[in-house]
Amino acid sequence: MTHEPVAAEAATPLLSRRDALLAGGATITLATAPAAALGQPMPAPTGADAQAAAAPVLMEVSMEVNGTARHLRLDTRTTLLDALREHLQLTGSKKGCDHGQCGACTVIADGHRINSCLSLALMHEGSRITTIEGLGTPDRLHPMQAAFIRHDGYQCGYCTPGQICSAVAVLDEIRAGVPSHVSADLEAAPAPTNMEMRERMSGNICRCGAYSNIAEAMAELAEHGA
Amino acid sequence: MKPFTYERADSPAAAAAAVARTPGAKFIAGGTNILDLMKLQIETPTHLVDVNRLALDRIEDIPGGGVRIGALVRNTALAADRRIRKHYGVLSRAIVAGASGQLRNKATTAGNLLQRTRCPYFYDTAQPCNKRAPGSGCAAIGGISRQLAVIGASDHCIATYPGDMAVAMRVLDATVETVSPDGGTRAIPIADFHLLPGDTPQKENALRPGELITAVTLPAPLGGRHFYQKVRDRASYAFALVSVAAVIHPDGSGRVALGGVAPKPWRVDAADAAMKHGSRAVAEPLLAGARPAGDNAFKLPLAERTLALVMSEAKAA
Repeated sequence: MTHEPVAAEAATPLLSRRDALLAGGATITLATAPAAALGQPMPAPTGADAQAAAAPVLMEVSMEVNGTARHLRLDTRTTLLDALREHLQLTGSKKGCDHGQCGACTVIADGHRINSCLSLALMHEGSRITTIEGLGTPDRLHPMQAAFIRHDGYQCGYCTPGQICSAVAVLDEIRAGVPSHVSADLEAAPAPTNMEMRERMSGNICRCGAYSNIAEAMAELAEHGA
Repeated sequence: MKPFTYERADSPAAAAAAVARTPGAKFIAGGTNILDLMKLQIETPTHLVDVNRLALDRIEDIPGGGVRIGALVRNTALAADRRIRKHYGVLSRAIVAGASGQLRNKATTAGNLLQRTRCPYFYDTAQPCNKRAPGSGCAAIGGISRQLAVIGASDHCIATYPGDMAVAMRVLDATVETVSPDGGTRAIPIADFHLLPGDTPQKENALRPGELITAVTLPAPLGGRHFYQKVRDRASYAFALVSVAAVIHPDGSGRVALGGVAPKPWRVDAADAAMKHGSRAVAEPLLAGARPAGDNAFKLPLAERTLALVMSEAKAA
């Protein structure tokens, strides 16, 4: 018994845990999905069909994700987050609360940070979406990613992709003159202070409590430029 | 979520007509409230009419004074607008006191007006709630009422209106402009827009079936100093226990509305008239007839003290 895990690992030496999960998920989908989910044509729904809408309804949507044009056929209920994670395999954006309270799903849509769990994918026809995968790569980190590493702005890492997407957009919001609850003068340009960072990042929860280091990473970048 | 069909509307009147002719249809704009409620199956629309493509996303000057705010202007854009920051500071302050940056980027002017209560019994589908399931009863009455209304409630519902933006709009005497499914338009004073629960707490506003908000207008600037003081359990990203929206002139006159205490933004003429006479004189008519439910009785002294803070800041300026 105690040798089994070792043997199993040895049997799949080139398959990561994530790849294994993805492969498993795909098998299950093929085994159980209704014909409609496998790309069979379905009539486009109209308002008149709404009363009979008890079965899942599929519709098409196109958007640009991290610079690549994507075309998807989705259950109308699919959130932007689920489209990214489950259909485009961009699993950097995380599902924390799924109710817009934790910020782990934060992505940048047409230049603005949003909770991707509280938006339908269909509402993003023609949108330009940037996720953590589009900000930087391990070889070419986005300056905010590098600043998070320098300042130890994370511990378990689960909230980090949302924190970084949010942080990048926060600096843009400050540069654009968007006021916050702690801006003393509504008419003056907001300053990139520690208090401003804390207030503006309040929609991103970190259970490990890396907040002070996150604020310092952001302040450094705001001061020295990206 | 329950399955639904979906369409994108290409004109306000067409959107209104689409919702009116489809039983169970709803509009979706920012979606930050309705999608949350759909996931919990508190809202179960069979058809969504996406209004995001409508050209209702501008803030325009009204000839002769005032501004018209398109229904789809996002909360961030409204709070950041130069004219709003300069002339309607109470509105900018109220918006940035609410929600998070991500939510404000998505939430719209019209959708914010229509957001549903955060009463915990409305959210808990295992509990009776006259707002969610008319006639089922109210579990909040006799329940944990700390967050709930102290004034304007009824024996059927003690939920509060949760928003901040509308409290500022109430103090500014905003007007809500709409289009009906037949193409007709009307203008509803914000004072008449949100309804008290009475014996129909499921009816929260003056909109008729299919009627779509197209804009909110603000009258010419009032001058004076603008305040939005929000008291909540956390320093940020929490609903108000009590909030005070006020515009105060150098002579001490002005106007005031409360959030977090009632089923709608709460403003009383006699309280405005007493502004020169101190917070006690204002609080008395403003909170006359209050019926706290027990856990929330603290909101009455809290409202008066928050008012006192705002009035002393106005004097110090």
